[in-house]
Parts: sequence; structure tokens; C-alpha cells
Amino acid sequence: MKLDFEHIPAGHCENGVISSLLRYHGLNLSEAMIFGIGSGYFFAYMPFVKVNGIPLASFRPVPGMIFARAAKRLGIKMKKQTFRKQPKRAMDELDKVLEKKLPVGVQTGVYHLSYFPPAYRFHFNAHNLTVFGKENGTYHISDPVMEYPTTLTHQELKKARFAKGPLSPNGKMYYPIDIPEDIELKPAILKGIKQTCDWMLTIPVPLFGVKGIRYLSKRVRKWPDKLGARKAASYLAQLVRMLEEIGTGGAGFRFIYAAFLQEVSEVFDDPRYFEISKEMTNIGDKWRKFSSLAAQTCKGRSSDPDGYNTVANLMLEIADDEERFFTELKKLISDAGK
Amino acid sequence: MEKDKVPQDEGITGGVTREVQYAVDKDGKYVKTFSKGWEPKNIVNELAWEDIQEQVDEADEKIKAGKASPIMHFMAKNQMNVTLLADYVELSKWKVKRHLKPKAFKKLKSEQLDKYAKVFNISVNELVNFKPE
Repeated sequence: MKLDFEHIPAGHCENGVISSLLRYHGLNLSEAMIFGIGSGYFFAYMPFVKVNGIPLASFRPVPGMIFARAAKRLGIKMKKQTFRKQPKRAMDELDKVLEKKLPVGVQTGVYHLSYFPPAYRFHFNAHNLTVFGKENGTYHISDPVMEYPTTLTHQELKKARFAKGPLSPNGKMYYPIDIPEDIELKPAILKGIKQTCDWMLTIPVPLFGVKGIRYLSKRVRKWPDKLGARKAASYLAQLVRMLEEIGTGGAGFRFIYAAFLQEVSEVFDDPRYFEISKEMTNIGDKWRKFSSLAAQTCKGRSSDPDGYNTVANLMLEIADDEERFFTELKKLISDAGK
Repeated sequence: MEKDKVPQDEGITGGVTREVQYAVDKDGKYVKTFSKGWEPKNIVNELAWEDIQEQVDEADEKIKAGKASPIMHFMAKNQMNVTLLADYVELSKWKVKRHLKPKAFKKLKSEQLDKYAKVFNISVNELVNFKPE
């Protein structure tokens, strides 16, 4: 059995899955819209969380949060299940829901997904995909990160759903059970934007939002001296991977957010959002420039501090741009609220 | 970024897929486009794999010197540390640490070897007879 499910490639897995699940149920909201309503834009530097032994810098909130916020703000009810140490039950439940002709979102570990290019396959456990059918023990998979739909065997899917380590999915699966007839988009959008402005500007901890970018800039400057050339390059490389690798739509989600603001401009019939989206595009372009310069610096693992200083300076410039941007955007929505 | 400037540098996607890239068209409107890849991404991805290979090489040196069991090679190859491997084989960390020593490894029962082999996606034979190059 294979459901009539449209595979829509997306920049980011979490928003991509939810957007196409809702579409199956007749609600057309783009990935960018879900991302914006769910306040997906963020920056966090968390030296106490290590990935591959390297402090984590993230351009989004913790996995699952964007989607939980968006569902709440839109009044959509989701059924969510996890199955700690019960892989058989997790697979049986999935089959049962598929038989009801409902596509299902599942959380998986990237390492076990055989259809990915080998270079993608790291231990990252918060990857989302949609299962939309089962034939002869093989599951039909719509992975938003892939260009085309794909398949996984029962064994492969089970392994991916029970990947171990940080953020282990424990077989997590989810699907919408109640979608309101009339979605109220405007208040949901405003709530989403407001939270993003607040999180970027006012969290009183120096590790988050624009303050976090400035804080990390200071650290980046010290890396070659503190860590040595080899390790400093690994650190900087991981930062670029967080910005660009599978699932950000480029420049750490900044372009997706600009696309969201253009849609907001249409919903509110207000050209000011379109105008401000151009500034966000400039910010995205600067992050791309950062990635490009940083990659050149990592390459060859040179200990020359100049490369690190250049990218650290660029980060400060971007932090200023983002601060100005969200201050302006906050003013704009407080106008709309009146 | 403009649509016609979306990079198409083949690399980590390995011809298997293309990635979605948000870019603006001639009218300044956002569209989803596909990218085969981007050179800076290829560079940093390669660096991450270099780090993994370095761990494998270190493990192999230890195995050659008689200081580590083959488990250390496959642990590194599968990008695992003791914590993650312990999670996968469902043993305590100190037990896994012991099995990384050649002496304790030789005494492993077949069902335990089987567990490790399964996690590494290899046969017990491959595990037991592993010799670094």
C-alpha cells in the first residue's frame, strides 16, 4: 500500500515533514511559514554541549521545538508517540496508522539512513522523515532533504528509529489528528515573529541571540592560539557545517526566514515585510561569505591567526546587523498589533 | 543569494541527490532551487571525515602495538566513543572499556562478540581476525 502523498523537497527536515503532512490533510502552509510561526530562527552557543568533542553552536532551537510551537499557534493537534526499548511495538504501531491511510512523521538517526550520500552519514539523531506506505516489507519514505522519494527496509527503518546516543528518537512518530477548519494565520505569525525578536535580542544570558554571536566571535579569535592549528580548524569546520550542512536551506536558515517574511507580506498585504526581507537576505549573504572565508581558513589547517580574526570580525558585523534587523522587525509587528 | 548564482559544485552529495537552496529570482521573490553542492561545504565536510580517519589511524597504531583490541578500530570507524558504543551494545561503559584491551577481548564469549559485530555491521570473523594495515 502506497498513499497518494506528494514528496516536497525542503531545506529543513522538521519543517519539511510537518508542511507536507499538513498538505496531505488539505492545509497548504510552506516550510518557510511553519519555520517562521514556530520561531525557528535562533542562535545559541552551548560550550557545555559537545558534538564530536566540539562545543555546539546552533542556528535553531532544540529539535522538535519549532514544530511544537507552530502546531500550538495554529491550533493543530498532533498525536505523538515514543516507544522506549520497544522497537517491535514501534513498528507495529506505524503499520497500524499507515493502514488507516495516514502518512506518519518519524524521528530517525542519520547514521543509519542507507539512501543518504556517505558523506552525510554522521550520528545525528534528530532527523525527520515521512513514511507514506509499505509494500512487501519495504517502506516508502519521503525524506525532505532528498530530491526524490526513497525506500527503507523494515530492518533499516527500525534501526534508524532506534538510533542511540544524544537526542535518541526512541521510535518517536507523529501525525496530525485535528486540523481546525479556519486557520488563523495572522495571530500565529505575529506570535512567531515576536518570540524570535525576543529570543534574538533579550535573553539575559550571553550565549544566546545576537549576544551569543558576539560571544562566539571572541572565542573564534582565540581558537588557533588555544587549541592549536589542527583542532582550531576542526572547530571552525564544524561551525560552518552547522550553518550549511543538510537542512538549513543555506546560511543557517537565514534565507528561509527571508522567504517567510515575503509570505508574511502577502498575508498582511503589507509591503514593509517584503522590504525588510531584503535586509534578511543581506544578512544571509554575509553568513555565506562567512562560510566561504571560514572554509578557506580551515583548508590546509593553517595556524595563521589572520583568517580567524577576519571571520571573527565578520561575525561582529553580522551580530550588529541582526540586532538592528530584529529591533526594526519588532517595531513593525507592534504596529500591526494595533 | 540570487537564483542564477546558486552554486553547483558537486561534492558531498556524490551525485545521489541535490539540496534545496532558497534564493531570489529576477523580481526579488524567494524560490526553492536545487544545488548540487558548494565548495566551502565540501571542504568542511572533508575536514570532519579527516578527523574520523585520524581516530581510526590512532586506533590502528594502538592495535599494532598490542595495546588495544580490534573493537577500537571499528568503534572509531563507526564514529563512536565508549559512551555511544556502550549504548548500542547495551553494556556498561566500564565493560566496553575492558573489551578495548586485547586480554579481555580474547576472553569474550561468542554472544558478546556477536553483539559487537552486529552493531558494526560486520561478521564475527571480520571482528576477531581484524589486522590493521
